[in-house]
Amino acid sequence: MIRYTLLRALQMIPTVLLVTVVVFVLIIIIPGDPVLSMLGYYSDDITATAVPHEVYDRMFRELRLDRPIPIQYLYWLGDALQGDFGKSVVFRVPVIDVVLSRIPATLYLGTASLLIAIAVSVPFGVWAAVKNDTWVDHMASGFVLFGVAVPGFWFGMIVILVFAIYLGWLPSIGYVPPQEDFVRFLKHLIMPATVLGLDVAANILRFQRTDFLDQLHQDYVRTARAKGLPGQLVIWKHVLKNSLIATVTVVGLNTARLLGGSTIIETLFSYPGLSRLLIEAIYARDFPVIQAVVLWMVVLVVIVNFFVDLIYAYLNPRIRYTTA
Amino acid sequence: MNANPGDAAFGAGQAAPARRQETLTRRVVGFFLRDRRAMVGMILLVLMLFAAFAGPRLVPYEPDQPNVRNRFAAPSWSHWMGTDRSGRDLLARVLAGASISFRVAIGAALLALVIGAPLGAITSYIGGLVDDVTQRCMDAIIAFPARLLAIVLVVLMGPSVVSLWFAIAFSSIPRYARIVRGSVLDQKEREYVEAAHAIGEGRLAILFLYILPNVLPPLAVQVTLDFASAVTVEASLSFLGLGLVPPTISWGGLLNDAQQWLEEAPWLAIFPGAALALTVLSFVLIGDAIRDHLDPRTRRRGGLR
Repeated sequence: MIRYTLLRALQMIPTVLLVTVVVFVLIIIIPGDPVLSMLGYYSDDITATAVPHEVYDRMFRELRLDRPIPIQYLYWLGDALQGDFGKSVVFRVPVIDVVLSRIPATLYLGTASLLIAIAVSVPFGVWAAVKNDTWVDHMASGFVLFGVAVPGFWFGMIVILVFAIYLGWLPSIGYVPPQEDFVRFLKHLIMPATVLGLDVAANILRFQRTDFLDQLHQDYVRTARAKGLPGQLVIWKHVLKNSLIATVTVVGLNTARLLGGSTIIETLFSYPGLSRLLIEAIYARDFPVIQAVVLWMVVLVVIVNFFVDLIYAYLNPRIRYTTA
Repeated sequence: MNANPGDAAFGAGQAAPARRQETLTRRVVGFFLRDRRAMVGMILLVLMLFAAFAGPRLVPYEPDQPNVRNRFAAPSWSHWMGTDRSGRDLLARVLAGASISFRVAIGAALLALVIGAPLGAITSYIGGLVDDVTQRCMDAIIAFPARLLAIVLVVLMGPSVVSLWFAIAFSSIPRYARIVRGSVLDQKEREYVEAAHAIGEGRLAILFLYILPNVLPPLAVQVTLDFASAVTVEASLSFLGLGLVPPTISWGGLLNDAQQWLEEAPWLAIFPGAALALTVLSFVLIGDAIRDHLDPRTRRRGGLR
């Protein structure tokens, strides 16, 4: 297991490096003058000619634009590793502070929707699998189709329409930090977390079903049946246990997605998380912030995938032997 | 006889593809008639395509024609889906959005196929370092959440139909490359490939004429499911205000607009969203049905029906 962990950890390094290169290159290929944008001008801004040459040149050197691009990348990477992504063009404070201030809101939303997703999908999936080809099963299939076909932002609007506008039970948009007022925090969290959670639940259920059907045709099921175990016992004792491994994987993969935040849901509910920050930064052309948020999201995916693989290898010994 | 490898040496082989074509067509038609899901999906899709391309001519309103005396009219016989804040007919606008939606989705899915499939085929057939490097690059692309990648790319390229094609297609290229790669690696060692080598077929001929036909079914499934996700991604980008901007009419843009008037005019949100959901549903139904049909495990069990 240790050997597998180390090997898998080493595999992350090239992926992360490649991702940092991509994020760095983003800035280079973006049209516009980085010095002027740092000073708060758009590149097509006519008043930008008012910038004195000395200021421009000093800034040019400060941003290390006089160095070759690979060197610029190494400097940038070194700074990024120390948490220094430069200053936000809009907020005029270090990027890392802006990003950190948005992380809690996204973590609350991500955790809440993940819990909802698991609470809905796992029992529902097991129930549908045990009652294969009954109304429960058909309902599960319907739910999966609904989740895949209905886009989150439309479902979210319908939910706002019903629960905030017609029934008036919940506030439609916004966010209150939990330390300020916990009840209001929860009220603001319920709708976005449910919309996001049900979407993920459908996703989990979809995989669970495929895997369950897959398991039913494995040799061990035939063996168990052949030695005379009753059908229900085979399902409960063997099949479910094995198909839970796949559930862990798909839950893990969705965790990465949720912790990075959902641009659509955060925008719809005016929820001040990381993804909302990304969209705001895009509107304002705040490139250092865009870089930092994108990098955070992608590195998060890579790290979560790493842990998913570890759990998977722990649950399924065959994996660690074939890789190691 | 000419030297074309396709019809060289196979007198009988020339008749065989024609016969195969015929049975394939019959099989495809039969499949859509038998499988309830595929049929419902196909009917929905045909309806949506008809609405997108013939619909605008059947509606007596122009999508951009304002009518200030008829603002926020609720759905009625004269305006089936109601009107928006400038009194424009929502039905005409939803129909106009449909054609944009299909144009973006079909272009994006086909672009990903056209780039991804040959990439996977050629690199896996060559193997070695080329294959390894390509694989690592594909891994890096997959590490990006698809929607995030689309957002970043569309911001870089600016909003237009063509840049949406690329932005949406980019993240699914690795999926095509992987599907094809897996099949090529699997088929490469089969006897019929060896036989083709033995009769002197070139490497490219073997790859494209012998191996690739075996990869077509899983590719068809992927393309269909990709249409569905491309429709959704396009709508989300426009909803975020990053995709196509007015005066171009898109479902995402209509929904973005509807957000401010949820209380006064809920129909503005309901109808474009329903059109979007039905379109995605039609592709998902067809894609799932084909996939289950191809997969003997789910076919035997009856699968998701």
